[in-house]
Amino acid sequence: MFFRYLLILVIFLPIKTLALIEVDITRGNLSPLPIAVSPLSVDDESKSNLNKILKSEDIGSDISIVIENNLKTSGLFNPLNKNAFLQKPDIAHLKPRFEDWALIKAQALITGKVTLVDEKLRVEFRLWDVLAAKEMMALAFTTVPKNWRRVGHIITDKAYERLTGEKGYFDTRIIYVAEEGKKTNRVKKLAIMDQDGFNTKYLTLGNELVLTPRFNPANQMVTYLSYFRNLPRVYLLDIETGVQEVVGDFPGMTFAPRFSPDGKKIIMSFAMDGNSEIYTMDLENRVVEKITNHPSIDTSPSFSPNGKYICFNSDRSGYQQIYVMKSDGSNVKRISFGKGIYGTPVWSPRGDLIAFTKMHKGKFYIGVMRTDGSGERLLTENYYQEAPSWSPNGRVLIFYRETKTDEKGEGFSAKLWSIDLTGYNERLVKTETDASDPSWSSLLSN
Amino acid sequence: MDLGKIFKNTFLVILTCLLLSACATQKKVSTGQMQGDVYTGTDTVEYLASGVPDRVFFATNESVLTTASRDTLRKQAAWMRKNSELTFVIEGHADERGTREYNLALGERRANAAKDYLMTYGVSASRLQVISYGKERPVDSGSNPLAWSKNRRSVTVKAN
Repeated sequence: MFFRYLLILVIFLPIKTLALIEVDITRGNLSPLPIAVSPLSVDDESKSNLNKILKSEDIGSDISIVIENNLKTSGLFNPLNKNAFLQKPDIAHLKPRFEDWALIKAQALITGKVTLVDEKLRVEFRLWDVLAAKEMMALAFTTVPKNWRRVGHIITDKAYERLTGEKGYFDTRIIYVAEEGKKTNRVKKLAIMDQDGFNTKYLTLGNELVLTPRFNPANQMVTYLSYFRNLPRVYLLDIETGVQEVVGDFPGMTFAPRFSPDGKKIIMSFAMDGNSEIYTMDLENRVVEKITNHPSIDTSPSFSPNGKYICFNSDRSGYQQIYVMKSDGSNVKRISFGKGIYGTPVWSPRGDLIAFTKMHKGKFYIGVMRTDGSGERLLTENYYQEAPSWSPNGRVLIFYRETKTDEKGEGFSAKLWSIDLTGYNERLVKTETDASDPSWSSLLSN
Repeated sequence: MDLGKIFKNTFLVILTCLLLSACATQKKVSTGQMQGDVYTGTDTVEYLASGVPDRVFFATNESVLTTASRDTLRKQAAWMRKNSELTFVIEGHADERGTREYNLALGERRANAAKDYLMTYGVSASRLQVISYGKERPVDSGSNPLAWSKNRRSVTVKAN
């Protein structure tokens, strides 16, 4: 009898050990997973050649820092101090001495190797389960050297997915509005950057006011509001070519644009004679459809990921509330019924939640509710914050926050912030200038 | 008669007077430039012509014209009718206490409220263009009710 139990234990133990690493992502993570990110090893010849191309002393170490930063920002991992690492990067990548890594309390280990082959960067990486003393995954890819930061992001996405069971969100970009100058006359430019704040590029010069940029699903196009020639209209911008065009031919202000989930349509508001209605325009055949029909303000539309529904903001009840309708405009239902007023609804990429801005008693909140309005949860409160945008895996929201000015009207700033769906892990997202209206891309590599 | 008591009473009366007047002055500061939460001051107002103010103010989330606003707009209309070669842009604005996209719509609604009123007093629609700036162009950068009241406005600007 005893032996039979022992046998069962022997059989089941290793399996259990294999599944030891599991990151709980369902709630605020109070004990993030200790992970060691070894500097990626680089042979001397590649190192000196890469040094010439990238002006980097040690690209292997640089990539590991990108990964570390990503993991730390997620709030789910605790990257360990490299000074405590006992094994050299090249040996660790071949065969880690698991006792050494266990000694510094690492549960997972990332190792890698970088070589320069025919002017291409070849990167290998491995993810190890330290306690089970097993390799969990191994991958290699090749790219141009200047993409080295993306390599770090892709490695993070792979490790994140393997350890949490969910897609990552690190090989992504943020488009936003860069702001400078006095509060009474801000200069605004479209800007794009990597999710971690690097590689910022400015897409407009600041000659005209620009607002609310949003990516198309393929991340090549941006739709936004521009005050070019003092005519506020929705525009379309091709990020690579820089070609811009007005969307549609409306005899008044168009604003609050977003793409449909298939990228074929733009949904937006058109304001005429004091009444804002929601319209769509098909980008191929240019057909314009009027979706709402009500003498109130209807704006901030956002499609459900399956394209069948639209959530939007309307003051038809007297104040700003959130409504859901079918994509043809039928079956309009109000879903926000809590205290206060609600704006900027945006459908989660998973389809189950709607994020919003709520205003109540002089405070601004970012929150989420189910698509029928139940289960409202407020994630963060502040003097002024609004316009959440989802990470592509639906786990993190990015939004902007403005500060209260002092008695002299000084001290204004606008910054990007992110917070987990759990309401934990609130972080300032670093930008070169003041920033607002962030929009998160989908994963660049799939 | 207890002298001490008289002194005490006098002292109390004086103290009460002081407190009341302090309250009164304080109230004056907060209401002197606002009625309800509509700005009634003149700090930011410019003039299209002598006696013709260029802007009207609104209550929070509202686009209803107040009595004072209608008075201002009638003055604008009368002056516009006399200067028929001029065209105008009516700029609608909101305060910073709202979401950006809704504020764009609200600014448009406010500018149109002013435009409609000017039209009922004989100004042709073809001379009046409307633009909304939402909360993008405040005149007062303060984060207080008085600053917000100055920013909730519709401003008539000469276009030619």
